[in-house]
Amino acid sequence: MDFNFLSSTFIRLMGALPLTLELWALAVFFGAFLALGLTWMRARKGRILPGLSRFYVFIFRGTPLLVQLFLIYYGLGSIKEVQQSFLWPFLREPFYCAVLALAMNTAAYASEIFRGALAAVPFGQVEAGIACGMSRLTVFRRIIFPIALRQALPAYSTEIILMTKATALASLVTLFEVTGVAQKIKNDTYRALEVYLVAGLIYLVLNFIIARAIAALEHYLSPHLRAIPASKRIPDPADVL
Amino acid sequence: MDYLTVLGFGPKGWGLALLAGMAITLVVSLAALIIGSAVGSLVAWAKLSKNLAANIAGDAYTTIFRGVPELLIIYLFYFGGSAVVSGIAHMFGLEGFYDIPPFAAGALAVGLISGSYQGEVYRGAYIAIAKGELEAATAVGMNRGLKFRRIIVPQVLRFAIPGLGNTWQLTLKDSALVSVTGLVDLMRESAMAAGSTHRYMTFYLAAGALYLLLTSVSGYLFNAAEVRATRGLRRSN
Repeated sequence: MDFNFLSSTFIRLMGALPLTLELWALAVFFGAFLALGLTWMRARKGRILPGLSRFYVFIFRGTPLLVQLFLIYYGLGSIKEVQQSFLWPFLREPFYCAVLALAMNTAAYASEIFRGALAAVPFGQVEAGIACGMSRLTVFRRIIFPIALRQALPAYSTEIILMTKATALASLVTLFEVTGVAQKIKNDTYRALEVYLVAGLIYLVLNFIIARAIAALEHYLSPHLRAIPASKRIPDPADVL
Repeated sequence: MDYLTVLGFGPKGWGLALLAGMAITLVVSLAALIIGSAVGSLVAWAKLSKNLAANIAGDAYTTIFRGVPELLIIYLFYFGGSAVVSGIAHMFGLEGFYDIPPFAAGALAVGLISGSYQGEVYRGAYIAIAKGELEAATAVGMNRGLKFRRIIVPQVLRFAIPGLGNTWQLTLKDSALVSVTGLVDLMRESAMAAGSTHRYMTFYLAAGALYLLLTSVSGYLFNAAEVRATRGLRRSN
């Protein structure tokens, strides 16, 4: 074992972690907004909006992310009209293309999760809110949103972790995030095993931290499902006497 | 040149090449599915076992293969595997670089990833078997082998179909990443076509459409299989 090589590789790979995190955070952020839009469209009455939302999900879940990424980066970039449009400063940059592809991809999966979570809100609770005289907005803010958020978290945490793994594809459009740097070090040193194992470990720890953070959020959001701690419990008269 | 020529089957068309790439994608994914089902059964067995060491090994396997990017695992198997093979060759006094076939490395890497997902599917399917049926099998005097073959396997396969359909879709899409090792699958074939004709949009759209065809047809087949496998099952809802 060459610990000097392992530690220098680790330090170089950690230097690329900010780019991985940046891609991930932007993709998850914009993806969530897009997903909310898709969920809203899906819940509309009529045919056109739900149909469009369904079609979007079908296309993005049915094709590999790599095809979507190449279609945006190489495909759109090869069209003259795009090169002359106001979008070119963005679509010229591999970074924005990667964020766009990741966000559009995760939105398709997340919108299905949100749809399921929305369907899981018991109608009785919405009815109760209306009966108390809450406006539609208040019902959404106080009842539907908190319950749906709590429902969506476990599945959504899986999707978020899939996203950290998906950022690795950005290395294929010339970005030097963790996988890209690993590939570069491997090309320079020919020590594939060590480099990829260190890179894998970084992703593993990152995903572990994200999973723990979301589990903590889930715990915080579901006090009603936990046992009351002994110190806060109202004493049972039978025990006191 | 117009679209029909470049996508067609004539001398200047890439139609045949794309179809050949699609066949490779299908074969790699099938190989990965089979490797994954063998590994997945082992993982499910390890996680269900009463042995603590087996539990930990099963958990570690799923954590690692689901927590590391697929691309990195493919790189690890292809470049890492080639480094190991070259190392062994050098020990026997052979010179130079020896790589392992991209197909083998890709099918193994995607198969092991698929195995981590299939393990969970089989575990869930085993838990879904009614306990009374296992007790009944023991009560009529079946030994463990017979119980496994007649009671457990048929029902696990039935309950696993929907989950297996999902992992198959993942495997099909993951197989596109094997193109980075130089395996000429649908992804690689369309990238080569796009590069040589400079029609990136056309060929990546075509690749997307063909992947969509693969995923939607197999989704339909899995649905049909589920309907057929559960035809004798009474549903509570």
